[in-house]
Amino acid sequence: MSNATASSPVVEQGASPAALSSASIRVRVPFWQSVFIIWYRDILRFTRDRARLIGSLAQPILFLVVFGVGLSSAFGAGSGVLPPHTTYLEFMFPGVIGMTVLMTSIFSAMQIVWDREFGFLREILVAPIDRSAVAVGKALSGASQAMIGGIIMLIFAPIVGVRLSVLGVFEMLALLLLLAVSLSAFGIAIASRMRSMQGFQVVMNFLMMPMLFLSGALFPLKGLPTWMAVLTRFDPVTYAIAPVRVSLFSNSGYPAPFINAAQVTIGSYTLPLLLDVGIVAVIGVTVLGLAIAQLRKRD
Amino acid sequence: MADQGDVITVRGLVKRYGPVEAVRGIDLDVHRGEIFGFLGPNGAGKSTTISILCTLVEKTAGSATVAGWDVARHPQEVRSRIGLVFQDPSLDNQLTARQNLYFHALAYGVPRRQRSERIRAALAMVGLEDRADVQVITYSGGMKRRLEIARGVLHHPEVLFLDEPTIGLDPQTRATVWDHLREIRAQTGTTIFMTTHYMEEAEWCDRIAVIDHGRIVALGTPDELKDQMGGDVVVVTTSDNDRAAEQITSRMGAAVTSDDGTLRVEVANGPEFVPQLVRELDVEVKTVTVRRPSLDDVFLKLTGRAIRDEEVDSAGALHRAMAQRWQGGRR
Ligand SMILES: Nc1ncnc2c1ncn2[C@@H]1O[C@H](COP(=O)(O)OP(=O)(O)O)[C@@H](O)[C@H]1O
Ligand SMILES: [Mg+2]
Repeated sequence: MSNATASSPVVEQGASPAALSSASIRVRVPFWQSVFIIWYRDILRFTRDRARLIGSLAQPILFLVVFGVGLSSAFGAGSGVLPPHTTYLEFMFPGVIGMTVLMTSIFSAMQIVWDREFGFLREILVAPIDRSAVAVGKALSGASQAMIGGIIMLIFAPIVGVRLSVLGVFEMLALLLLLAVSLSAFGIAIASRMRSMQGFQVVMNFLMMPMLFLSGALFPLKGLPTWMAVLTRFDPVTYAIAPVRVSLFSNSGYPAPFINAAQVTIGSYTLPLLLDVGIVAVIGVTVLGLAIAQLRKRD
Repeated sequence: MADQGDVITVRGLVKRYGPVEAVRGIDLDVHRGEIFGFLGPNGAGKSTTISILCTLVEKTAGSATVAGWDVARHPQEVRSRIGLVFQDPSLDNQLTARQNLYFHALAYGVPRRQRSERIRAALAMVGLEDRADVQVITYSGGMKRRLEIARGVLHHPEVLFLDEPTIGLDPQTRATVWDHLREIRAQTGTTIFMTTHYMEEAEWCDRIAVIDHGRIVALGTPDELKDQMGGDVVVVTTSDNDRAAEQITSRMGAAVTSDDGTLRVEVANGPEFVPQLVRELDVEVKTVTVRRPSLDDVFLKLTGRAIRDEEVDSAGALHRAMAQRWQGGRR
């Protein structure tokens, strides 16, 4: 963007009265302060809006109950997909946390559409803060909200019967954060071009549902019909869910076949977790760049 | 070219939205420290021009500098030097007034040590200290507008832009807003660039530009513009306005415009014209008023149309009321 040191004003202002006051001396707001401002304001709003938080947890809890209980017999011991002494409910649990993060991240971007509708976006866009700071601040605020949702979902672990370890939880949260930032940036890239709430909701549901259902968040990636297996490998969220699940399970003594069921395979090749994470990171940085570009556009 | 004292210079500015040409080649200079009014009816291109100057909208052609910086090439430099009060509210209704101002102070790099004092002073200026810590959603339209003005000057901008700052406000609140603007100008020397479609507000500006269909049709002090008219304006009502208009034109050779049940005649000498008028007309003359030309008359003469406050106002008020209900219900 423009840079104060690289350019000089078109008109010299040495003789003008304003040059004598502090008015013409402008401090550039540091990048991270700009990011903080955007983040802080969103979080301030979020803490005032409990309904939104509860709303974002309702669906994952419903899925956990309906799918978890309903499909446990189908996938459970004896079905051959999961090893004995493990349940589908346990397997699904990290996926439901991922789902919470996914939905909260993406829909947090709705704030931008609200801000456009109610005018505050102009206050943001006319401020002398770089648009990249706006995008990063928004992505981090969306991710923060999503992480709060994800952490709250952890309280269901004992009920579901998932064994947790401190290391596993921390690893999982770090991986979820990457997912949350990427998905928030994705939401921002879409939301910053949207002019109406309805438009955003329609587009988002249209994109989010396949992203969620093809990601392996709700079922093991093993034993799928070929066409569906192929589709799941094209869903970026797949590569975020697998490490999340593996990190949660591998640190608390689950059997190897159970953990293997969570990993992404292409043919007989099992993708290393670092590759999964790399894929998500690259996609995340790309959509963040896209979001910045969208915010930089002027009418 | 631009004068040292000019804080805004605009040359050949054009903005097209597809086939719509919202701004069609505007030239103007705004002097440092003046209150400059941009007067024109709805759809004239006022908001578009102000949005270009504030770096929110990209121009199609021409050039513009604000506070010495080109708006297209150095938007960040411009942004850091201007304050803006938009036509539609741009506050965060969920936050308190103080939180809104705090956001602004951080975003504009107001030094940490000065933040709370500046926020306090800004709130005091617009008389909102008591309500500083309640959510803005509870504010009336006038309070929101005052808060936005306080926010607009919080970072000591060189130019304060206001797009229809008094639209939809009751007369008393409008007067308060003007008090604030005059106080800001007197205390800080901030240049004020505002748009309005209220004639009497244009009178209060140091200089005005009259804009219609994307073009500036007149520019000068309110007195200069009125003096350009020359002579007087005679306003007549009769028992049959159509016939009277026809007779004034044919028998007296004066130009007549019909407006809202009255006839308006521009003449060189009003007091001499009136007895003549009564003599010449076959229809009954009900009332006659002779007055100096107003900016209304200037506008009418330049564009052939009157600026209608009523229509704009009721439409604006309705829009605002709906926006508020929507906001109240959903946020
Ligand atoms: N984003 C836009 N897209 C298309 N046309 C626009 C847009 N913004 C303004 N216009 C058109 O440009 C003209 C000038 O609008 P505007 O600048 O808002 O006028 P004013 O503020 O004087 O009422 C109008 O005809 C309006 O319809
Ligand atoms: Mg307008």
